[in-house]
Formats: sequence, C-alpha cells, structure tokens
Amino acid sequence: MSLFQTTALDTAGIDTGPVADAVRTRANIMQATQAAEDAVMAPLYAGAFSHDLRAALAARMAQSGGVPELATRYLARAGDMAPLADPASDGAAQGLAHIIAFVDRAANATRDVAASDISGLQAASVSDADIVRLCELVAFTAYQLRVVAGLRLMKGGAA
Amino acid sequence: MTRIVHKFTRTVPTWRPRLRPVDLATATPEQLSALSVTPSNTKVSDYVLTLAHDVESLKVRSPLFNAIMYDAGGMSRAERELGAIGASMVNRCIYCAAVHADRHAKLEKDTAVTDALFSKGENADLSARNRAIFDFARKLSEAPVAATPEDMAMLKKVGLSDEEILDLILSTALFGWANRLMHVLGDPVRDEVGA
Repeated sequence: MSLFQTTALDTAGIDTGPVADAVRTRANIMQATQAAEDAVMAPLYAGAFSHDLRAALAARMAQSGGVPELATRYLARAGDMAPLADPASDGAAQGLAHIIAFVDRAANATRDVAASDISGLQAASVSDADIVRLCELVAFTAYQLRVVAGLRLMKGGAA
Repeated sequence: MTRIVHKFTRTVPTWRPRLRPVDLATATPEQLSALSVTPSNTKVSDYVLTLAHDVESLKVRSPLFNAIMYDAGGMSRAERELGAIGASMVNRCIYCAAVHADRHAKLEKDTAVTDALFSKGENADLSARNRAIFDFARKLSEAPVAATPEDMAMLKKVGLSDEEILDLILSTALFGWANRLMHVLGDPVRDEVGA
C-alpha cells in the first residue's frame, strides 16, 4: 500500500502540501501504523472476536469519538455486526452487552477502568487471551483516531 | 505486602497483571519468537508476557513504539516524552506516567517540569513552549476531537515545525494506546517495607 493510501492519511485527506512533506519523513511510522491495523482488525488468530465484530467495534469507537469518516470505513467491513457500530446499541441483542460496556469504558473513560472491569469479563467467561485481544483492538483504535484527528488539525492550520 | 499506587510519581512502581500472563513453559513457537526468547535470554517482563496473549499485535507494536519515541529528527526526545506524560496523566496511567516522567527528567537533567505537572496538574507553571505541547497532548488524549485549531495555532506560535507537531501527535496518540493496555490490564504496585 502506498503511503497516502494508508487508512490514517487517506481518512485525514493528506496527500500534498506541507503536512504531506512532514509525513514523508515518518513514512516508516505510517506504514507500521497500517501493519498494526491489519494485526488488530484482521488477525490470523481472531479468538472470540471475528473480523466483522472487530470492524464494528472500531466503527463504534470512531463514531463516538467524533470521526465519522473513519467509522464509515470500518462499518463497511462489519457485516452482520454493523448494528453494534451505533453507539446507542448496547449489544444485548447479540449477547455482547458485557463486551460493549467494556469497550465503551476502556475507549472513552479509560481513567475509570478498574480491576473489577477485568474480573467482570473473566466472570462472563471471556478468556485472558481474549481480554488482551480486546484491549489491543480498543487501544489501537484510540491511537488511530487521534492520529487522524491530529493530522486534520495540521491540515486545517496549514496556510 | 504490596499496595496499589494511586498518586503520580517518578519512582517507577512494579506492574502487576490483572490476568494470567503467558507461561514461557507452555508458550507457542510464535509467542517465543515474538518475545525474542532464546536459551540465553529468558527474562521477559510480566507486561510483555501479558501482551503475548495477542502475539500478532505485540509483534507490530514494538517497532512502531520505538520508531515514534526514538527515531532521529523531528521533535526532541524530551518533548516526545511530554506528549506521553500528557496522555498518561489524562488516562491516569500511573505506571506509564512514572516511566516517562523519569525519562523526561533524565533527558532534561532537571525534574522541574515533571515536579510541577505532578503537583499542579494542568495548572502547572510551564514555559510557553512546554505549555503549548502539554495542553495539546492533554486535549488530544481527552477525546480525539477535543484539541482545537487554536491549540494547533499555539503550537506554531511557540515555534514548533510541522515535523515536530507530527511527532507530538504520534507520541501522544501512541500513549492513548499504551495507557489502554498498561492501565487497563494491570495495577501499579509497591512493596510495603515493614508492613
């Protein structure tokens, strides 16, 4: 994938000008960011979280995080899990209420996460490996959202 | 006896996982490879052993982390640490804040900035440049779209180049990621002496 086709740069609309020049000096980082997206959105060992579900959760975070263009991209890959991308859905219909509650909290109220949030997932029979997978998904998406939002501010401020 | 550390500090605590890390004795070949475990190197932290549950993410994250924090050019290492500290304070990741405040103090050979941040938070008395950097990092961490065009304009006004601003965005965003692992998956603890 060429540099400006990576999700973060394409979503932020960076291809020419001074911001693109700055980004070229960190091309390795933008390519590694794309590799990280592939690892969390479409891993070989997906555990309890299908690729569709992962895309839906990322879309949900992007929507509640105020970056709808990124939400649209992930929503296109969410398949039957698409309803979960709506921040108003609680996941009960899919039997995923505990997952949705955890994702919302880890994404948007990180400072409030406590040991009981992890033991709650364990009590709901989520394996330790799946808890780590879920955290990586949420954590990567939080990173990518901020890269996109920051690049947009740079682009807006470029004279 | 151990106690959980709740206050920001530069004295790095121990990180205690809230779930069971991967056991090296039963680790898969992929896990051992990602952990760079060899007969002569069997020391792996509990944090990395915890992340080894998702070996595909672990493999791509380490080189990305190192590139954002340490690659040559762009923003100074100490200022990248300030971005990391801003994120870690917003997310109250005591462990991350300690590691990166300690690094900032060592790079600057001065504890004044991190002393001020840990005692007064966002009201700390900072230089204009550090103030602009910290405020941007804090807002970008609070929510993806919380930083404003005015915050961006302030970064330019205090003299940051586009390359430096990009590095600040990356280091701050990276700690949005790291905090959501470190603070969510474990507790910062300290041994109590004589308790």
